[in-house]
Amino acid sequence: MEHDKNFVVGIFDDEDVLVHAVENVREKGLRIHEVYSPFPVHGLDEALGYRRTRLPIAAFMFGLTGTCLALFTQIWMLGYDWPMDIGGKNHASLPPFIPVTFEFTVLLSAFGMVITFLIVSNMKPYGWPRQFDLRSTDDKHVMAVDLADNKLSKEEISRMLKDQGASEVNEKNF
Amino acid sequence: MHHATTTIADENYIFKPETKRKIFILAAVGLLLFVFGVFQAMRSGDHEGSHEHASTEISKSLTASLASQDTHEVEKASAETHHGSPVWLKRIYTSLWQNSIFFLGIGIIGLFFVAVQYAAQVGWSASIKRIPLAMGSWIPLAGIIMLVVWIVGGGDIFHWLHKDLYDPTSQQYDKIIDGKGGFFYWPLAHGSFPIFFILRLVVFFGLWYLFFVWIKREMLAEDEDGAVTHWYSARKFSAIFLVIFAVSSSVAAWDWVMSIDTHWYSTLFGWYVFASWWVTGLSVITIFLIYIKEAGYLKMVNANHIHDLGKFIFAFSIFWTYIWFGQFLLIYYANIPEETVYFVSQMKNQPYKWIFYTNLILNFVLPFLLLMTRDAKRFNSTLKLVCVIVIIGHWFDFYNMITPGIMKNNGGVGFLEIGLSLIFVAVFIYVTLNSLSKARLIATHHPMMDESLHHNI
Repeated sequence: MEHDKNFVVGIFDDEDVLVHAVENVREKGLRIHEVYSPFPVHGLDEALGYRRTRLPIAAFMFGLTGTCLALFTQIWMLGYDWPMDIGGKNHASLPPFIPVTFEFTVLLSAFGMVITFLIVSNMKPYGWPRQFDLRSTDDKHVMAVDLADNKLSKEEISRMLKDQGASEVNEKNF
Repeated sequence: MHHATTTIADENYIFKPETKRKIFILAAVGLLLFVFGVFQAMRSGDHEGSHEHASTEISKSLTASLASQDTHEVEKASAETHHGSPVWLKRIYTSLWQNSIFFLGIGIIGLFFVAVQYAAQVGWSASIKRIPLAMGSWIPLAGIIMLVVWIVGGGDIFHWLHKDLYDPTSQQYDKIIDGKGGFFYWPLAHGSFPIFFILRLVVFFGLWYLFFVWIKREMLAEDEDGAVTHWYSARKFSAIFLVIFAVSSSVAAWDWVMSIDTHWYSTLFGWYVFASWWVTGLSVITIFLIYIKEAGYLKMVNANHIHDLGKFIFAFSIFWTYIWFGQFLLIYYANIPEETVYFVSQMKNQPYKWIFYTNLILNFVLPFLLLMTRDAKRFNSTLKLVCVIVIIGHWFDFYNMITPGIMKNNGGVGFLEIGLSLIFVAVFIYVTLNSLSKARLIATHHPMMDESLHHNI
């Protein structure tokens, strides 16, 4: 049966071995599709050569939206649409609006960040992320190499991963 | 593990003569500005004085001569009798007291930082702890300065020190302050000698210094024999110190800062002062660390350690704002005259007015925006800038906490204040670097040094 995507999947038991393997195979010109690990591994991002995530920028933008929206809503509602006399204060006075503005900023930036993360990680509803090896959620580190990205053959890549300390090398097709 | 043994080496900070010379120049510039500022203040004081009464008269006979004039003058006179010294002298006392409190805070935060690291069993900071420890050397000196300033200028700084306030037969009798008198004078009669107040000052400084000595002793003994027991002892002392500091820092803030505005009170004022001290202290630790590192020491301290300090400064700038706003909003909302008067005096009068708003920009807006990105916290140039902003900002914060209550409408920020602060800065740097050069810069036998070396965030 023909598959669209063909992967070689290396399984690693130890994170230090994994990080060194990533560094070494990348040096040899291998292009890694993705690495999955059950816990955050220090230095893995740098070894994979990933750029810094732009998620904080998204979070800032969502937060800024929240700030503006909260301020606008309160000033418009309490200042113009339905002015109320609260302790003789000005209708559109800033201090009492700050707590709500703060909370709404946090809310939008948190929700926005989580939703953005789920979408870019393909974990949105009805988006099924590829499972290279279910043990990556338990005790194994999984390195996936896309055959289409590399000139090397399946066997050469397998041998390379074995040499770098992979405890087993599998194939996975989608 | 072999990594660690290759990187750690004994290292001592050498307090070079050229560094000392720079500090002396800074102190000399400060002294020059201060003297200039005093003359300036005296001259302008003469000017003001000539409107109503000569300045010599103010300083000589304060009580008697002015009492029998018209109502406006009587009002004026009552203010003068309470706050005796001429304006320029009062400015010196105010500035001395403000700088004493501000720099005491930086020193005590050095000890507090070390204590927190021990109590929380922190690993990453093992390589930098000698810097905050050295800052703690300021504590005894701060105690002496504060006691001397209190003896010399206490009458001008603290309204509640005036005997007439507690005498029901006097025109100056103040029922509210008399009600609070026990806090200062117990067990003696109100209006006599504030034994309780002085006792607290001495006991607080005594306790802080004692714990500083104990924790330092354990840290330095570790260098000699490398026994882990020293770490456990230091943790024990740290935990006890934190409990004592939690109470004493709050009470000290009431005593030394809040009691200046004797009528006014705020239940979270202790935290407010602490928050201001804490974020300033963190900035000073960071500045010292960056300076020491750029001088070629502490090679194993990298961007990750700096990043952690940057996160501290970022987070506690927001924490300070939260406390500031918590205090402001409740007083604004409740709108009770005896509470709002505190903020009204700051928001309506110059120079407190511009400081009031600048305070928020320097201590919240700028650190919040400048330190938001990861890179800003990891690279020295942005972080150094923010540290300087935060230190200056919180100097102004303490200025507005202390000056309006003492100087009323005569306050100012001029060469006098700047000069005096520069002298404090120079002496503080001298004491810290001198203390730093006395012991090893790297705690070679610290049980968590290896963790600190591999710190990665």
